[in-house]
Amino acid sequence: MKSIRIGSGAGYSGDRIEPAVELAMRGDISYLVFECLAERTIALAQLSKLRDPAMGYDPLLVARMNALLKICVERKIKIITNMGAANPLAAAAMICKIAAGMGLRSLKIAAVTGDDVLDVLKNGSYCLQENGTPIASLGDALISANAYLGASPIVNALANGADVVITGRVADPALFLSPLIHEFSWPMTDWDRLGKGTLAGHLLECAGQVTGGYFADPGLKDVEGLGHLGFPIAEVDEAGTVAITKVAGSGGAVTPATCKEQLLYEIHDPARYLTPDVIADFSNVQVESRGCDRVAVSGATGHPQSDTLKVCVGVSEGYIGEGQISYGGTNALARAKLARDIISERLKIVDAKYDELRFDFVGYDAIRRNGPKTEPCDVRLRVAARTKLKRDAVLIGNEVEALYTSGPAGGGGASKSVRQIIAMFSTMVPRQEVRPAVSFFEV
Amino acid sequence: MKLRDIAHSRAGDKGDISNVSVIAYDPKDYEFLAEAVTAERVREHFSGVVHGDVVRYEIPSIAALNFVMQQALGGGVTRSLALDPHGKSLSSVLLEMEIDRPHG
Repeated sequence: MKSIRIGSGAGYSGDRIEPAVELAMRGDISYLVFECLAERTIALAQLSKLRDPAMGYDPLLVARMNALLKICVERKIKIITNMGAANPLAAAAMICKIAAGMGLRSLKIAAVTGDDVLDVLKNGSYCLQENGTPIASLGDALISANAYLGASPIVNALANGADVVITGRVADPALFLSPLIHEFSWPMTDWDRLGKGTLAGHLLECAGQVTGGYFADPGLKDVEGLGHLGFPIAEVDEAGTVAITKVAGSGGAVTPATCKEQLLYEIHDPARYLTPDVIADFSNVQVESRGCDRVAVSGATGHPQSDTLKVCVGVSEGYIGEGQISYGGTNALARAKLARDIISERLKIVDAKYDELRFDFVGYDAIRRNGPKTEPCDVRLRVAARTKLKRDAVLIGNEVEALYTSGPAGGGGASKSVRQIIAMFSTMVPRQEVRPAVSFFEV
Repeated sequence: MKLRDIAHSRAGDKGDISNVSVIAYDPKDYEFLAEAVTAERVREHFSGVVHGDVVRYEIPSIAALNFVMQQALGGGVTRSLALDPHGKSLSSVLLEMEIDRPHG
């Protein structure tokens, strides 16, 4: 039975690049997928596009293409990625430029667009799912709105001979499902096979998280070679049987335990994993070892897709101001608490306005707020506030820094920061409101 | 004993919702886990962190439970004031839960 091998070259925008090179050189793969678009990344990309219409794609696009394009073309490995972010057309143009610079010929680049539904939301009567706010009322605070596209436009691009497919917002598993649909001619209504392909995509979409990353706990769950962690390969056959593996000799491990953790990562109801292509059902999945660093994952099924598509909505929501300072030795916690009380008083004196204020004693209560605690031998006070105005966010860090000279004894290592908040919300739109399109470019 | 003696865990985020898995190292411990680690106990364990409902899903084929916790990430990853806005560390927090040793 025919089977194909798909590699996962990135699990987020800033991910390591060498493991992708290793996959392309030694992974015996036909497709290399880079998943680089977190919820917020596209809103940041949108801001960057507003400043410069030729920008708005992934900041590491050029570095990744420089490292991989030639190797992939030589080995006939097709690249699929959402590094187009807010501007897949500009990203495609940049890839053409890089390809030409490398002397590559007869290359077809496809850009998938249509995920940007900002105008649909501005002119519609949609509300934010999280708090019911009418989206049309957000005005200038509304920054971006991108629908999760499914596999279809990527399948279309591959069917038309694309060597590189670059998209904006596409459901992460669809990046991996598309080559399976293309290679095996799976009908777009074969829900069980789409469910199985979605499972393969879900396991691969965070790259190193299924090969031993985000897993090690020394003495309990040891993983060798995280410094040269290998990224995963899914071997999938025509029937939708999935095996997860990695390049021999690379760091990390593929075990039933790593696969089970990733199987449930960011899953709510495992019987109803909603994607634009299918409602995948992982509730009866079996995970079995098939030798060293090879795990078979079977038993996924699927149900008909929903009539609506999820949209990620980016909303400008002011600023977060933060300040930190450390105390050490006996009574460190008491001095950090005194510092907190001083900051509370100072924020009143300087009339800092904020919507929410939070104090943490890092090393003591920052992660688990309540519950049993032991007093640490050093502790770091962290003050963070969400503000409407930048002026107020700046005050937070400044007041913490001033503890150097006007706070408790022995306060050291103060730091401060201010960042703009683009909060991400969601809404649903009818499928027919979203019109994916594919544009082709040739080198 | 602690939950971490018999199970491992991973936390994921979507907006203001955190999901934390609990996976038995030995599938034979699954039934005990399902009995001991209820949604109510998890909600109580995360007091001060999780402010909404906790729903538990069971996946016996991989000897795992999945806890989906609402209002768990300070209003959402992108606007949270928390040190760990994604709640990545909530898996380790959950594994601190004290449970009674299984019989036999």
